[in-house]
Amino acid sequence: MDSDVTAPPADGPDIRLDRVVKRFGETVAVDGLTVDIERGAFYALLGPSGCGKTTTLRMIGGFEDPTEGTVFLGGRNVTDLPPYKRDVNTVFQSYALFPHLDVQHNVAFGLERRKVGKNDVKKRVAEVLEMTQLTGYEKRKPAQMSGGQQQRVALARALVNRPKALLLDEPLGALDLRLRKQLQIELKRIQKEVGITFVHVTHDQEEAMTMADRIAVMNEGHIEQAGSATELYETPATEFVASFLGDCNLIDGDLRSRDGVVADFRTHDGAHLRVPSERIDPALNGSPVRVGVRPEKLTLLPADVPAPDGANVLRGRIEIASFLGTAIQYVVHTAGGEEFTAIEQNRLGGGVHSLGPGRDVLLAWDPAHSILVAKGGTHAGA
Amino acid sequence: MSTATVESQVRGGRRRFAVGARTWDSIRSKALGLWAALALLYLFIPIFIVILFSFNDNKGRFNLTWESFTFKHWEHPFSVSGLSSAFANTLEIAAISTAIAVALGTFMALALVRYGFRGRSATNLFVFLPLATPEVVLGAALLALFLTINVATGYLTIVIAHVMFNVSYVVVTIRARLEGMDTHIEEAAMDLGANEWTTFRKVTLPMIAPGVAAAALLAFALSIDDFVITNFNAGETITFPLFIYGAARQGIPAEVNVLATMILLVAVIGMIVNLILQRRKASSERPVVLAPAGAPING
Repeated sequence: MDSDVTAPPADGPDIRLDRVVKRFGETVAVDGLTVDIERGAFYALLGPSGCGKTTTLRMIGGFEDPTEGTVFLGGRNVTDLPPYKRDVNTVFQSYALFPHLDVQHNVAFGLERRKVGKNDVKKRVAEVLEMTQLTGYEKRKPAQMSGGQQQRVALARALVNRPKALLLDEPLGALDLRLRKQLQIELKRIQKEVGITFVHVTHDQEEAMTMADRIAVMNEGHIEQAGSATELYETPATEFVASFLGDCNLIDGDLRSRDGVVADFRTHDGAHLRVPSERIDPALNGSPVRVGVRPEKLTLLPADVPAPDGANVLRGRIEIASFLGTAIQYVVHTAGGEEFTAIEQNRLGGGVHSLGPGRDVLLAWDPAHSILVAKGGTHAGA
Repeated sequence: MSTATVESQVRGGRRRFAVGARTWDSIRSKALGLWAALALLYLFIPIFIVILFSFNDNKGRFNLTWESFTFKHWEHPFSVSGLSSAFANTLEIAAISTAIAVALGTFMALALVRYGFRGRSATNLFVFLPLATPEVVLGAALLALFLTINVATGYLTIVIAHVMFNVSYVVVTIRARLEGMDTHIEEAAMDLGANEWTTFRKVTLPMIAPGVAAAALLAFALSIDDFVITNFNAGETITFPLFIYGAARQGIPAEVNVLATMILLVAVIGMIVNLILQRRKASSERPVVLAPAGAPING
């Protein structure tokens, strides 16, 4: 074991991965990942398929051995321990219920392995079944239950052991939208109730934003950025994060001048865009950047109206205007050749009013809403 | 043309067509039934003859022409000298070789499905080889081996030979069952605190149990049945098939028919029990998702 690996203090993070690498043959699934997950957090690992999020979760659970690096659970090095010696439990995407056992025995499985007394097992199973709204289903076999019910059994089977942390591998992936929404809220409620750390793997950014206190956006085996949903959405650090969480309009820009408050960028078609200086990550250090803005932060103005003072302005022509009910979505072709999306709340009524396709417009936004990211998908050294 | 005429013509046309189709359907289904009955007759006549001649009061050594009905062979089925010991040998060898083959084959199948190791694909091929090789080749090759390493043929070599070909059938049967099994289920068991052995005992084995049972039945039947490989490696030991073969030259005693009928009866009863169990299981595992919580489950 590396001598410079230091165990975190006992009251420190619940889960720590220290420079963890996982290779499958030639493929690098997880590439030098370091992450601390606080006790009691609802932590989401979010990313597209193949980004290494499930492999990361499986290394915490003990189902994959890291090629390099160390895994700590509650301050203890568990890198070489098998799953049955780790104080975490997993909810699998396929639920992985024992088909030959009924709900009662599925849920009691973990307690029986720990030699918990018969009466205690009964009591704890009854408690957890009530919490997951499964009372009355004790004698059912998994095959006799719906997907949503099976999901609850999987959750109850893990929670009944009162683990240090619960690992959830896309637990809602196989359910339909309505049930998914309902279980998202329920999972959040249960997490608050039991107060243990939840690590949730998902590719659904909305699900991550609904449930998690902290989200780590993963791409190609490393974490692009970790933070609250608000931080990730309003101040994404990389182009990947900006476009993975919601829509984002981005345009190449060169830094022209900066002072303590505002930095001035010039786009390739000559427009000046202002960005708060604090958004400029020192790590960017001269590398090419893109300036951006979220669609809902844009205001569309007819081209002949003077632009508001101090706003960032781009010229363009409307290509498509779609009426969405609560909002109108515009696709605008900018003078520099980019395609921008703008969303205006439908406050005036009447759908696509004066600004139809073909109109020349100004795209204006408050510089404080500007996003600044490194050009290209990945953020080196994150 | 009015709509009414068109309609009636269309309807009339349909009716004529429907009558033709119905007649054709009925001819077809009757012909199919007759064909099926003939095929079943072809399958069952030999079995029926075997059973019938166990009740034949045969004159002389041969039991080939029907004389008259009697129960006398059923009264003392093991009275023929050599027959009862041959029959006992066969059942013993079948039981022992099945037990060994199932124990070996189950773990071989687990290794082949669950673990990647050097030579796995070669092993997969070799396991299949005894199924594809003609029995006469296997039997002769085994005999050559036993002669080379100076092992006297007899009871033990029969068991070894039977284990050898049965292992292949067991591996193939259980492997198919394992391949359809979600590996996450075993991971879930380990996640919940079960070590490797407990996981096998509490989760893997119950899940592959139907496959193991099927493999055991198959192995048992194949062992009882085997003549060619056994004949090469039997030495002085006589099994039921060997006894019948030997007796055929001087006349097969009707007691052989009695024992054959007994084996058939056991097999048929086993099949009926299996069918009833399957039915009961199917009705108790029928999805009843829509029933309210706590509602009794039918069956």
